[in-house]
Amino acid sequence: MRFNRIGTAAVGLGLATALVLTGCAAEDDTASTSAEGIITTNGSEPQNPLVTTNTTEVGGGKILTSIYAGLVSYDAAGEISNEVAESLETDDSITWTVTLKDGWTFTNGEAVTASSFVNAWNYGALITNAQSSSYFFDNIVGYTDVNAMIDDPAGTLDEDGSVLQVPAPTAETMSGLTVVDDQTFTVELVAAEADWPLRLGYTAYMPLPEVAFEDMEAFGENPIGNGPYMLDGEGAWEHDIDIDLVANPDYAGERVPANEGVTMRFYATLDAAYADMQGGNLDVLDAVPDSAFETYETEFDGRTANQPAAVFQAINIPQYLEHWTGEEGELRRAAISRAINRDEITEFIFQGTRTPATDFTSPVIDGYSDELEGAEVLEYDADIAADLWAQADAIAPYGDTVFDIAYNSDGGHQAWVDAATQSISNALGITAQGKPYPTFADALTDRAAGTLTGATRAGWQADYPSLYNFLAPNYQTGAGSNYEGYSSEEFDNLLDEGSVAPDVETATGFYQDAQEVLLKDLPTIPLWYANVNGVWGDQVDNVVFGWDSVPLYDEITKG
Amino acid sequence: MPSNNLSTPGHFVADLSDTPIAAIDTIDESEKARSSWSDAWDSMRVRPMFWIATALILVILLVSLFPGLFSHTAPNSGCLLPNGNGGPEAGHPFGFTRQGCDIYSRVIFGTQASVTVGLLATLLVTLFGAIVGALAGYYGGAFDALVSRFGDIFFAIPTILGAIVLMSVLPDRTSITVALVLAIFAWPQIARIMRGAVIAARSSDYVMASTALGVSKLQILVRHVVPNAIAPVIVVATTSLGTFIVAEATLSFLGIGLPPSVMSWGNDISQARTSIQTAPMVLFYPAAALSITVLSFLMLGDVVRDALDPQARARR
Amino acid sequence: MWGYVGRRLLQLIPVFFGATFLIYFMVFSLPGDPIAALFGERPPPEAVIQTIREQYHLNDPFIVQYFYYVGGILTGDLGTTYSGRPVSDLLVQAFPITFRLAMLALAFEAIAGILLGLIAGLRKGKFFDGSALVVSLLLISVPTFVLGFILQYVFAIQLGWFRTTVSAGAPLGDLVLPALVLASVSFAYIVRLTRASVSDNLGADFVRTATAKGLSRRRVVSVHILRNSLIPVVTFLGVDVGALMVGAIVTEGIFNINGVGGTVYQAVTRGEGPTVVSFVAVMVIIYMLANLLVDLLYAALDPRIRLAK
Repeated sequence: MRFNRIGTAAVGLGLATALVLTGCAAEDDTASTSAEGIITTNGSEPQNPLVTTNTTEVGGGKILTSIYAGLVSYDAAGEISNEVAESLETDDSITWTVTLKDGWTFTNGEAVTASSFVNAWNYGALITNAQSSSYFFDNIVGYTDVNAMIDDPAGTLDEDGSVLQVPAPTAETMSGLTVVDDQTFTVELVAAEADWPLRLGYTAYMPLPEVAFEDMEAFGENPIGNGPYMLDGEGAWEHDIDIDLVANPDYAGERVPANEGVTMRFYATLDAAYADMQGGNLDVLDAVPDSAFETYETEFDGRTANQPAAVFQAINIPQYLEHWTGEEGELRRAAISRAINRDEITEFIFQGTRTPATDFTSPVIDGYSDELEGAEVLEYDADIAADLWAQADAIAPYGDTVFDIAYNSDGGHQAWVDAATQSISNALGITAQGKPYPTFADALTDRAAGTLTGATRAGWQADYPSLYNFLAPNYQTGAGSNYEGYSSEEFDNLLDEGSVAPDVETATGFYQDAQEVLLKDLPTIPLWYANVNGVWGDQVDNVVFGWDSVPLYDEITKG
Repeated sequence: MPSNNLSTPGHFVADLSDTPIAAIDTIDESEKARSSWSDAWDSMRVRPMFWIATALILVILLVSLFPGLFSHTAPNSGCLLPNGNGGPEAGHPFGFTRQGCDIYSRVIFGTQASVTVGLLATLLVTLFGAIVGALAGYYGGAFDALVSRFGDIFFAIPTILGAIVLMSVLPDRTSITVALVLAIFAWPQIARIMRGAVIAARSSDYVMASTALGVSKLQILVRHVVPNAIAPVIVVATTSLGTFIVAEATLSFLGIGLPPSVMSWGNDISQARTSIQTAPMVLFYPAAALSITVLSFLMLGDVVRDALDPQARARR
Repeated sequence: MWGYVGRRLLQLIPVFFGATFLIYFMVFSLPGDPIAALFGERPPPEAVIQTIREQYHLNDPFIVQYFYYVGGILTGDLGTTYSGRPVSDLLVQAFPITFRLAMLALAFEAIAGILLGLIAGLRKGKFFDGSALVVSLLLISVPTFVLGFILQYVFAIQLGWFRTTVSAGAPLGDLVLPALVLASVSFAYIVRLTRASVSDNLGADFVRTATAKGLSRRRVVSVHILRNSLIPVVTFLGVDVGALMVGAIVTEGIFNINGVGGTVYQAVTRGEGPTVVSFVAVMVIIYMLANLLVDLLYAALDPRIRLAK
């Protein structure tokens, strides 16, 4: 068969036109132009629908803290003040009576009552709702009932051949939460906790209106809050593009916006966001990509921020590795710690956008210290490092084993890992190198399964400004993020004593003692605190970054 | 090629004695029949460009096999962060990387991995792709359909997915695994180009003539069709050599290329990107080494292609 | 001809199932637990992870998961991402943008590439040919993540000719710069391919014939030389359509485009089977259509070619 040439061309043209037409159909989507008084800033597409008890990542968190007001709120320094709460009272740090202020409403007109909080918390804790923040309620009496699991009655086996566990709550609500009246509820904790109110500004503790519980997923697309901002109508959240927030006229708190609203544009890469900042398409950028570390302060002269944030970065060397247990392990960990030149790496790789670590928390947290006993182990000294290493070799020779640091290569860690391993190689004369995993999931699996072959990068960004939040989840025996399985009775006891201490000052003392235990054992080797690096345009003023690295949007003025 | 018997009545026809047809028609039985391939060699070796390209490629291969001959400095010893992104100084003609390592020795020692990735991937892709494409284009029918659709599937697999899966299945991430990954997802391109060129060539008069003369189908393919269809494959293959080396850089940039412990131009280019504004020379040197390699193979490809093309040969 | 097209379209069915099966298997074999990774370094109670795994059938064997997926497709349900968004929403969002970007890049590389390659081929060995070689070399040797960064800095930030990133809705004007970056490497290929073909055909008999017939140089070049040189170029363009769409990860990242490349990349790193498979399935269809078009064009470009035997 011979083709008719004109026919063929026509087919080709037809196909092409059809494809181009479908391509153009999406173009009616008009670009959102920033109105006067609306601040444009960077964000990232929230991982989940915007539900307060199911958001643990930064992209969604930034939005939720803007559209909700909790019992307390944090100022720039991380100090709490009552927001919706009139008072938080307790005699024993176990039973807390929460009284709410009058006059708070959600943007749909519903009043914010004790039930708004209690129902939201119960929803978050109930296992069948599978909320990622459910463990924030694990210190409330009754949590184990709503979060219970049993062996699968059907006998399903998981990959390892053990019987799968399935959710089987024995109660729908936590018995520790009691609504007294519209303005009052009581909370009974499992154990005393003097600084419990410190947590309450975290997104998981926000109130939710009645309408949320009808269909939480749909609610998460157009959440209704009681915060300084609210979504700009239905569909304000354009997936993968941006979210439009406008000032909430009925907001009853102290964080009254000095602007008309905030538009957060979502970026997949920080480089693109920075380019938009340079191109004048953004007013505020709350992070700087490493390609601009050297230049951002001259480029945005006088309109930059570079201050420590509540982000702690470290490497962990698991206890289960040969050569890394007992006295030998203790010596080797100290040697590695003293072999890493933190000052040089923060200066030359990070261009001063990291601050060398002196403890296990962060300088923005009350109770941070650079005078802990034993903190000299965090100072670089190649000679002492080599000496410690030699002492360990006397116990059992290390040989030619390669010392590797595992990291996920999709997170921009290569430069500092390379620098750190180089520093270790130079000081100890061993082969040290980075071990990249293609994805975060891959790296996490080896950590969780305890199958690492060397050290691993580790990091922690605080959920709420307290020493406890840095220490308990990471180093307490059996704690969730204690992947490398550190266990120390002395540390656990000090942590417990800190949490039942009658006041925050006493608690801080215990927490600092606990960190001195960590400095001896070095389950993690502190490296540095990540700074918050921000830049802003000449259209805006009064840009201040909070303890959580997020700008205080409500204080920014424009025009 | 279309035959030349265009003479129609009314046209001038030269006298037979003016055309030395007899001389042309005489066949020297003693001379061996020449294939297109040996003709090609004869035409190549008289061209200076061939020797320049070959010499360059030999040097590159020498560097990749024996880097120690070209650099006295061990590439990663004595890296000092304060030297990071520093300019040239005595003993360090190209200056320093962001990690404070000597750029010159890294470029020299990175040759091996980069050239392995580029050459191996190109070889695999060209051999497999060209054979499969030639057969598909020549025989057509069900075989063509099978191979082409298979290619469609492979091409639709995101390289990034394939790379992550293969990298985690294979025990080591070396330049060979990277080459393998790139080759697995790139062969359909060459196969389709070869197929297209073969489809065009198989419809030519000389193929029909050979068929009429009773030459076997496979012989026609190898002796007549392929030499006439190989030109675009050579162009794409020599160009791909460069893009494969760069693809390794992109994989490194996305975090799934060679591990940082393996030195390669790609790794260095991807690491140098962050300082492109403040220290562009760190990126320049590995990219320049890459360019020279690509250039020498492009030149060689050009000569080989000209040599295989009977008409281009006739014109010189 | 319609019979041929019909047969080719029928081949879509086995290819569709072959491709989805293969991809699903690959995503299934990705290392790491995707659900555990959703929570970063803050693992929720095991119960939460189990509940989510159940919801996405992740505790079932691979074959069962695949049939859940295929069953879903047959009822018009492409599944959801781990954040609960329907995959069909993502398809509708990403493909139109990527398609426009790819078409723009394709148009650029085809028009400029063929033109440059033609001139270089006609003036082989001259200055223009040399310059074309240098430009191609540069484009080949500089990775997209560097070139994109430089072009963005120079043309968008310094000169202000373009918007730095693509704004919502991705209007065509915003896509020009990304399309140039995206097309750069393929452009080099097209120049080299066209140049080679053109210089090969310069001495061909039909060209001599056409010249002898007294046709103008312009007509000889545009009709006889160019048309006969286009087969490898057209083949390359056909293959490139797909590469431009799914391979735009880096370009999309630089210019903040919510397209296919970035979506697939993210879905791969998150281990989201339904998303990856659905996107790849659409890509396979696009590949097959593009290649069909190329095969039809062969016959149009060279009347001696017959496709269906």
